Amino acid sequence: MTEPTRIRAQLTGDKAMVRMRMAHEMESGQRREGGKLVPAWFIQQVTATLNGRPVLTAQWGPSVSKNPFLQFNLKGVKAGDKLAVSWVDSRGARRSDEVTVAA
Amino acid sequence: MNAAKTSFVASDETRAATPTRRALLRRSATVAALLVTVGALPRPAQAAWQQAAFEARTMGELMRVLGAGTPVESREVSLNAPDIAENGAVVPLGLSTNLPGVRRMLLLVEKNPNLLSAAFDITDAVDANFNLQVKMGQSSNVFAVALMADGRVLFAQKDVKVTLGGCG
Repeated sequence: MTEPTRIRAQLTGDKAMVRMRMAHEMESGQRREGGKLVPAWFIQQVTATLNGRPVLTAQWGPSVSKNPFLQFNLKGVKAGDKLAVSWVDSRGARRSDEVTVAA
Repeated sequence: MNAAKTSFVASDETRAATPTRRALLRRSATVAALLVTVGALPRPAQAAWQQAAFEARTMGELMRVLGAGTPVESREVSLNAPDIAENGAVVPLGLSTNLPGVRRMLLLVEKNPNLLSAAFDITDAVDANFNLQVKMGQSSNVFAVALMADGRVLFAQKDVKVTLGGCG
């Protein structure tokens, strides 16, 4: 089972600075273990929705760091809004987490 | 193993009732294909993930794959990167622009096995401003690229020295 994505949304006026850390190995496909190449295994797609409306989509390669950290700014946010973040990895595993924006 | 032997020597009657290994395989393949079609099983590759873009080795190749024009260096795009990254496994990079009409932002590491690290699709609800941590195998030029709605491709670059590579 995958660990939850930790999401923080810091509200200033109607903007929010969103910071998150996803729990994922992000195997690059370059690393060797006992002489054998460890196959790549990484988050490929990230989607953020605000109250169910998509606000950001991203595509990632295997070079994003382990337990990826992402920060971005959301516009038109108010306290009580629901911010959800989901990802799909290269093995097809998915995870979705949601937070309520605090005042 | 035993079951297979039994059916091999079985009479014609029982053979008709026992599905052969071949028939079973054919049937499970059909079921698997159906599951993939209805989305119950993950597809081998995500349709929306642009594999060709992530396999591009050069900026020119990447722009061809994305159907974008010739990149032009611009002071309107900024790349926030350390001069020296002590740990190549975690290099904090920031890319942003204040220009209106940004469609997409890309983060590239020239000497990584895959040039493209991340691509962000921008909507009206987010600023063109992202911070992400990436791995760098060795010292390299890093690029922040903004794909504009009017077709312009603007970029900023910075040379980042890596003390300890993060790919191996």
